[in-house]
Amino acid sequence: MYFAQVLINGILLGSVYALLGVGMTMIFGIVKLTNLAHGEFVILGAYLSTVLAPLLGIDPILTLFITVPLMFLLGFLLQYLLIGWAMKKGSEPALLVTFGLSIILQDGMLMLFSADAQHIPVSYSMDTVKIGSLEISVLHLVLFAISLVSIAALSLFLRNTYIGRAIRATADDADVAALSGVNINRIYAIAMGIAMASAAVAGLCVGMKWTYDPSAGGNYLLIAFVVVVIGGMGSVPGTLVAGILFGMAQVIGGASYGLLISYILLLLVLIFRPKGIFGK
Amino acid sequence: MSDALLSIKNLSAGYGDFVAVESVDLAVKKGQIVSLIGINGAGKTTLMHTVAGLHKPASGKVLFGGEDITGLPADKIVAKGLSLVPQGGRCFTRMSVQDNLLMGSFPRSARKNAKQTLEHIYELFPDLGEMKQRPAGNLSGGQRQMVAIGRALMGDPECLIFDEISLGLSPAVINDIYKKIKRINEEENTSIILIEQDIHRALKASDAFYVMLKGRVALSGQSDEIDSETLKKAYFGI
Repeated sequence: MYFAQVLINGILLGSVYALLGVGMTMIFGIVKLTNLAHGEFVILGAYLSTVLAPLLGIDPILTLFITVPLMFLLGFLLQYLLIGWAMKKGSEPALLVTFGLSIILQDGMLMLFSADAQHIPVSYSMDTVKIGSLEISVLHLVLFAISLVSIAALSLFLRNTYIGRAIRATADDADVAALSGVNINRIYAIAMGIAMASAAVAGLCVGMKWTYDPSAGGNYLLIAFVVVVIGGMGSVPGTLVAGILFGMAQVIGGASYGLLISYILLLLVLIFRPKGIFGK
Repeated sequence: MSDALLSIKNLSAGYGDFVAVESVDLAVKKGQIVSLIGINGAGKTTLMHTVAGLHKPASGKVLFGGEDITGLPADKIVAKGLSLVPQGGRCFTRMSVQDNLLMGSFPRSARKNAKQTLEHIYELFPDLGEMKQRPAGNLSGGQRQMVAIGRALMGDPECLIFDEISLGLSPAVINDIYKKIKRINEEENTSIILIEQDIHRALKASDAFYVMLKGRVALSGQSDEIDSETLKKAYFGI
């Protein structure tokens, strides 16, 4: 009984952790870059939804119709105009640019929104549904649905479209992709756009579940790192499995031991499968 | 030279201070098979990577169909109808055979006829049709080479460059692949450049040849007119 409850809670919450890792793993796998600003992108997504929902008088989930395209465009332009330019000079300058971006974003959000903790309120945050003897949070179910739909849509896009195939091909061998007619810089920009769009969705989920402030990005960057390394860098299905494992560790360990169990899991994966569970 | 589909004029390229290709002139007519032969490190691959847009030239010009394509990126050059099949049958190993082939029709001009071209490739390489859902990483060297050729054909190229296509393959597989190349050339009137180390095979398959040595063209001519002694001297630089 206890195990079933832990399993359900772990899976539901783990999908949000998986969503946090998806954008990170795409940039790792395709652009071959560690994006140190990913946590701030997530927090920016959370702030955008927090501001837009009351401003437009709509449900926070509906703000995704604005934040997702907006963040995609921002990611595309950042990669095309700034990070791509730095990448021509080497991987270290590009890494430093993402570090600089994280500082600029953090301080920018601090100026705009203050250091006060924020939260995206929803009417069903305390509601639960009973299935047999299991008690399930409605909020967790909603977050699970948002995460799963986002990850499934991304997987279908990568599998069944010309651009999706080009993204996978570029991750595999960028030179051969170019010889097949793919504009590599544009694909990198699209990948960054998708990573930021996924950060917008993750930001909404984070804001609905927890409180956040401009300095919270570092925590989510760390979670995304752990999830991506456990799942295997560049693997979307791996990220989903790792997110669920991470979620179960949080549920089992609670506030005291959740992170400790996650890092032990990370160490075990690094010892026995250094490329991650789904890594090749 | 004026009826050439591909014209390379006084082209030089290198890596930092190292000059790998120096003042090379080369021409390929429509429908012609040209072999580019030379020992390891002669500059053959660098020359063709420069032509195909994978490497920036230091100086010189590349004209394709009369248009200057010097220094254009690889994706733009593929869209104009010039494709390179890289050494070692490089494929997208995590993707299925069919997805690998479909990647070849990425240029917009090739997408319209992608379905028919795919059927044509499965007819040309029946083995690929039987393993279309298999990951390319699980294929043998010869099968990967077929995938790489098929992928290049999906772009409906006017000129195909094969980089050391026989490297690491068994003689039976090499013979089979060379027969397919001949068929592609005859059926589609596709111009072909064969980068080879195997002098005899290259000469037998081509109409014209170029021998490269230390980054320069040491000898060129018609494949059926050259005597083996002259060729050997140019090849080894003796």
